[in-house]
Amino acid sequence: MLTQFLTDIWLVYRSVFEFALIGSALGLSIYITLRTGLLSLASAGFMSIGAYVGALLTIHLHTPLLVSVLAGALAAGVIGLLLGLPVLRLSGVYLAIATIGFGEVVRVFMLNIDNLAGRTITGGALGLNNIPRKTETWHLVLFVGLLIYLFVRIDRSRTGRAFDAIRQDHHVAASMGINVVQYRNLAFVLSALIAGAAGVFSAHLTYFVSPNEYGFNGAVRILTFAILGGYLIWLGPIVGAFILTFLPELLRFLGPYRPIVNGVVLILAIIYLPRGLVDPTFWRKVWRQRGKPPSPPPLETSSEAAP
Amino acid sequence: MTPDAPLLQLSSVTKHYGGLAALNQVSFEIARGDIMGLIGPNGAGKTTLLNVISGLAQETSGTVLFNGGDITSLPAHRIASLGIARTYQNIRLFNEMTVEQNLLLGRHTRTRSGMASSLLLLPRQRREERQLRDDTAALLQRMDMLARRDAIAGELAYGDQRRIEIIRALAADPLLLLLDEPSAGMNESETEQLGRFILDVRNQGVTILIIEHDMNLISQVCDQVVVLNFGEVISQGTPQQVQSDPLVIEAYLGQEED
Repeated sequence: MLTQFLTDIWLVYRSVFEFALIGSALGLSIYITLRTGLLSLASAGFMSIGAYVGALLTIHLHTPLLVSVLAGALAAGVIGLLLGLPVLRLSGVYLAIATIGFGEVVRVFMLNIDNLAGRTITGGALGLNNIPRKTETWHLVLFVGLLIYLFVRIDRSRTGRAFDAIRQDHHVAASMGINVVQYRNLAFVLSALIAGAAGVFSAHLTYFVSPNEYGFNGAVRILTFAILGGYLIWLGPIVGAFILTFLPELLRFLGPYRPIVNGVVLILAIIYLPRGLVDPTFWRKVWRQRGKPPSPPPLETSSEAAP
Repeated sequence: MTPDAPLLQLSSVTKHYGGLAALNQVSFEIARGDIMGLIGPNGAGKTTLLNVISGLAQETSGTVLFNGGDITSLPAHRIASLGIARTYQNIRLFNEMTVEQNLLLGRHTRTRSGMASSLLLLPRQRREERQLRDDTAALLQRMDMLARRDAIAGELAYGDQRRIEIIRALAADPLLLLLDEPSAGMNESETEQLGRFILDVRNQGVTILIIEHDMNLISQVCDQVVVLNFGEVISQGTPQQVQSDPLVIEAYLGQEED
């Protein structure tokens, strides 16, 4: 009875689960840049590069999925390295604008090199639609698992501490010997590698890539994963991706009004939990106050309480 | 390099912001093991000079020699790794982090094993992390602040934040420590305590350049004092000498109280 029920659920929601995992990877891709204080919207563009490179290799050279994934990630990573050198001099909203521009360049590029010397390359606006389905659920679970391992290990190293220091005050970080430019470039390239790999997995999951899938809307959607979930620890963007991928499916009964819900959830999160759902400081406070009557703010304890 | 050569040597350091000369031909030296005071009315260019030395601002002309090498055009992170650490006029701790995390960052230049060795779970990295935590604990112990190790920096009492910021700078084992008005906002007894703390730090072999308004603290700790006014050095000598220098008295009394 129960197994039957669970199997049914799995069959219905399997593809949503797969999309949520790809969303998680993309959320982690933008998280690593946010963590160093960079507002980059380049992840969708990197995903597009990865998807096309991986798909073309699979179609023309019949490469195994792993090779396509590595090649797609590497292509995005190299572009990320080259792009990062000039644009990472910008900060705040200027960087956001520059990276949106990058996404548009990628989109228009893919749209216009549809064929070269008579050979079909990207297929223009029609995209590529004869990609074999090679991505299995366990590939994605393993991929996200490896990313989690990556971030846990970064957290436990001087690299992770340097990222956090740069986000909080990059002048102070620099005067402590942290090479801000180098660490930001590292974060940007990691972001590109992750998004590129996610693009290849996505292309081999949906059999299909087209330029418009990865445009401005894609970039903003990825950003919302990190905004809703939070970008202070790696769990945040994963939670955000799962909520924002599953919510529309669970709310099918709302019909055409469904897309509104994501927007409303996002607005509520920004107002009430501006640091995202996974905010360690917020939950620590909730935990400390649990069961206690309303008490004075817990902030003043530290100076006197210590022996 | 002879051991009695000065640790820091400024020659004709000039800094223009547009048409304004924030620093004009500033030259002086700090001997190893000395505590040098840097005083002057508000807007005299004291903090700008600290920014130039630590690499947060680029001088327009002039040279800065440190420990025998030219650091004039080096970026801040390179200067830090050569052994200059600093604090800020308005405390700039990483407020969301614990005291320990702040100190671990302060010791960034003394660590080597980064992301790659962490990913590969190299024993070298684990050893280094353990050593790092032991070192910061020992430093806190020495400075009598071990009880604050796990406190969130932004939640500490004001005086403790000042102290932790200095300790964070010390975590780098600097040769030269730059302090920007460490007594700001402290009462008389706290300031006196701070003075003893600074002398302690010097006795551990650290050379110190300190910006300060409190003349009692200056007399208590400084071997030498440089007086800046409108970006120029107007006097230099022992605390007693500069306090009786008519130019200095004029600079202070010729304008409104700070």
